[in-house]
This record gives sequence, C-alpha cells and structure tokens, in this order.
Amino acid sequence: MALTSNHEGKVALITGAARGQGRSHAVRLAEEGADIIAVDLCAQIGSVAYPMATPDDLAQTAKEVEALDRRIVTRQADVRDMAALQAAVDEGIAELGAVDIVLANAGIAPQLTSDPDPDHEQAFRDVVEVNLFGVRNTVHAAVPSMIDKGQGGAIVLTSSTQGLTGRGGDGSGGMDGYAAAKHGVVGLMRTYANWLAEHKIRVNTVHPTGVQTPMIENDEMTAYMEANPGISAALENLMPVESVEAVDISNAIAWLVSDHARFVTGVTLPVDAGFTVK
Amino acid sequence: MGKLDGKVAFVTGAARGQGRSHAVHLAREGADIIAVDQCAPVGTVPYDLATPDDLAQTATEVEALDRRIITTQADVRDGAAMKQAVDDGVAQLGRLDIVVANAGILSFSTAEEMSDEMWDDMIATNLSGQFKAVRPAIPHLKANDDGGAIVITSSTAGLKAVQNLAHYTAAKHGVVGLVKVLALELAPDKIRVNSVHPTNVNTDMIQNQSTYSNFRPDLDNPGKDEVQDTFASLNALPIPWVESADVSEAVLYLVSDSGRYVTGIQLPVDAGMLTK
Repeated sequence: MALTSNHEGKVALITGAARGQGRSHAVRLAEEGADIIAVDLCAQIGSVAYPMATPDDLAQTAKEVEALDRRIVTRQADVRDMAALQAAVDEGIAELGAVDIVLANAGIAPQLTSDPDPDHEQAFRDVVEVNLFGVRNTVHAAVPSMIDKGQGGAIVLTSSTQGLTGRGGDGSGGMDGYAAAKHGVVGLMRTYANWLAEHKIRVNTVHPTGVQTPMIENDEMTAYMEANPGISAALENLMPVESVEAVDISNAIAWLVSDHARFVTGVTLPVDAGFTVK
Repeated sequence: MGKLDGKVAFVTGAARGQGRSHAVHLAREGADIIAVDQCAPVGTVPYDLATPDDLAQTATEVEALDRRIITTQADVRDGAAMKQAVDDGVAQLGRLDIVVANAGILSFSTAEEMSDEMWDDMIATNLSGQFKAVRPAIPHLKANDDGGAIVITSSTAGLKAVQNLAHYTAAKHGVVGLVKVLALELAPDKIRVNSVHPTNVNTDMIQNQSTYSNFRPDLDNPGKDEVQDTFASLNALPIPWVESADVSEAVLYLVSDSGRYVTGIQLPVDAGMLTK
C-alpha cells in the first residue's frame, strides 16, 4: 500500500508562523508540497518578557517557503481577535484555495520571568487568551472551509508537556495560565476529534518539551532558571538533552498530517525527551 | 536512501499480519531483519496461528527488497529461545538497533467463565512474551554508541477496558508499565522505548469466526459483512479497522530519526477509538 507524505496541492494554515516552531512547520510542509497561509501577531504582548516576533521574521518565513517554489500568504493578525483572524484566513483561502491542514501553533510564555513583581492576573489572562482561546479561534476560522471542501483534513494543536503535567509549577499567574491553557488545548482536541471525525478531519495534539526557539532561549528565561534551581531541575528531561529542536516537532507534525497517519485522531503525542514519563 | 540504512531490527510475531508488515516496512527503509514466530498453535487460541510457510513468505518479501533476514521458529514464552534467536541473529547480521515486540494472541471469555489456561496463555504470550523478547536485546542495543529504539505492541485495550477480554486487557495494560520502566532505565543509553495502541487491525487475528461471533453474539456464524458496522461503531472515524501498514507507519516514525526524542509514550493508531 502506498501511503504518501506528499502535500502537493494542499493548503496549510499555520499560526505563529513568523519564527520558531511555526516557521519550521511552514518550511517542512512546503518541502512536502503544501502552500501556506502564515499568520503571526508580529507585535509585543505586555506580560511577555522576551521579545516576540516581528514583521521581518514573518517576511523571512515567506522567503524560505518561496525558495521552495511554494506559495505563501502572510498576514499579521492576532489569534485572540476572531474577526481579524477570520479575515486573514479568508484572504488566504481566496488566494490559495480551501484549507486542508491547520497547525494552531501560536503561543506565548509569560511565565519564568526575572521580574520580581509581575502582574499575575494579567499574565494569566493573556496566556489563556492566546494559548487557548486563540487555538479555538484558529480551528473555527478554518474548519468551515475544510468541511465544505469535503476532502477530510488534519488539524494539529500545539500543546506542551505542561498540557500533561504540572511539573515545575511556581504559583505565578503566567505558569498557572500556561499549564491551564495547554491542558485546555487537550480538551479542545478531544471534542474536535469527535466533532470532525464524520468529515474525516483528524485532530491531534503535540506536546513538546523545551524547544530551541526564542520563547525559551532568552535572557529572561536564563535569569529565572539561575535564580530558581529547584524549578530548573524539575524541568529537566529524562533523555540527556537540555531541549529539542523545532524540526523534531515538525517531524511529528509532518507524520500526523500525512497519509501515513490517516487513521490517527484524538491522540496526545509527546515529543519530550521522556519528560512526561520521568 | 532509506531512513534505516545499516540498521538491524528484531521483530517478533513476524510470520504474518502486523509483524510481517513491520518487517517489510523496516526493510524497505534499509534495515536487515531478525524475524521470529512460533508458527504453531497455542492451546486456548480459537483461530489458526501462523505457519512455517507464513514465516517463509515474510523472508521472501524482505529478500525481494534486497535486505537480509534471519528467521527462527521460536516461542516468545521461552526466554532461552528468545535469547538464542537474538544472539544468533546479531552474530549473523552484525548488530541490533531496533526491537519491535509484536507477537500476540487473542481469545474471548467473560472473566467469570475464563479458564486458568486461557488466562495463563494470554499473560505468558502478550505480557511475559514481550518482556522475554526485549530483555535479551538490551545488551546488544547498549553496545551501540547511538543507542536504539524499542516499540512494544499494546492495544487500545492497553488504555481502556474491553469486556470479554480481562486477560488481554490486563496484559496490554501491563505492557504500558513495562514500556515506562524500560524508558526510564534505558534513557541514559539513548535507547528509546514506546508502545503503539492499535484499534482493530485487518489481520487473521480478528478476521476469523471466533472474533466475528464475539462481536455479533446475536447471530449464528456471522460473516465479515455482518460485523463491519459493529467494528466501525467502536471508532470515531467511519472505518471498521485499520490496515497493518498504518501501524507500521507509526512504528517507523517511532524508531527512525524523526522520533529521536520520543520516549516513554503510548501512541494510539486507533481511528479515534480512545477519544470517542
């Protein structure tokens, strides 16, 4: 039986696509033939201590996808703003065609900051709005076009090891919100998997441990870890690696959205160097 | 270039079904194969098990891909026989990188009516047999600088309860515990250990009269057409069963470089059965 990972003629919507994991996923799916609708806020959110992506980052993603001879539509839009997100997705569909693949990847990490007195309530609200509400908005912005097309499809929601465990919890608003949102994403995945099974649209989550991206490789995070050796130790992986690379998450996603995984749905897939089994 | 060029994989229950599919998929990606299968009946198993001809067919298919294969008729319930088969295979093929502990049996009974023999055959094969196949492989995997990967075949019944399958459910849950402990113990040696959890797979294990009758106790001698809807009702996706190739693709993801940081996980290939 020939099962392929060829995405020629397919369209993938990816949020948080300006850099990090989102860019890696865009490039990986483009390598396999997909055209890309790339959405990113490209702006700062107040409670986030590290610098977020910029318009230049999103332009770089476009350059890398176009270098592979694939088309890409980029839009600056906030996943918290359904109207703006819907407009971005609709413009992408108008140019590239209906969506086949959705990667709800956009996320923030307002926890683990060196700020001794952060606004906990604001951090909690921000991370739940982006990492949970934003995921819901992303799925709902794309699914009607997938159902209309009638060709099935695949959705991957980016959760986290913090969607399966609370290890490293420190009572901060950012950490509480991050773990709550990432656990909440699993609930969304499970209800969507049931909702969409009859349309042959599969829905799964990935659960990365720390990934080598600007979200964790920044001065704020380094300072926090040095000041909190107990939490730093709690966040160590089972395998002797400090973190994984964005491409490792892209490899998991590439498998999940391909025909190779055509009957895989409702699954929580860790890519975590053994973090959750530890 | 294959994803597993230069690697050697040990596959149990390799004579037919999922095991043969795994052997062929891994060989297609460049691996040489050490294949074992008992090729004989087990007392309380109500359908025909694999034969020596089936194992020979697996060898033919692997060799057609220009890969080497060492086949041995050996019972996973026999730890000494497993060690012999693994050691002989490694002696001939030079190394061992991958273990796919797949051999398994199926039978049906309520717990109340289950005989000791039926329980013992199941635990001995589907739980102890997985351990006895993996254990002798560990020293060979540790000998590699780059470690290795072990996949043990569990089931959706390794993560949820299934009536008439107390023995099978217990064995397949037990496998999850085995996988998690092995993941902890072997991580320092870069050996990754995971399980796959298929829903019903289109093989001789389910395509037989005993299974059909379990699924449609209301009918005398139900056929394939009469059980399809019942099978499909278990899955979220509108299909009765998956193919062996679908499980092989999951195994391939786990054992190849794509899954280089994946360990200790339970990966369903279940058409949404566990989520439904």
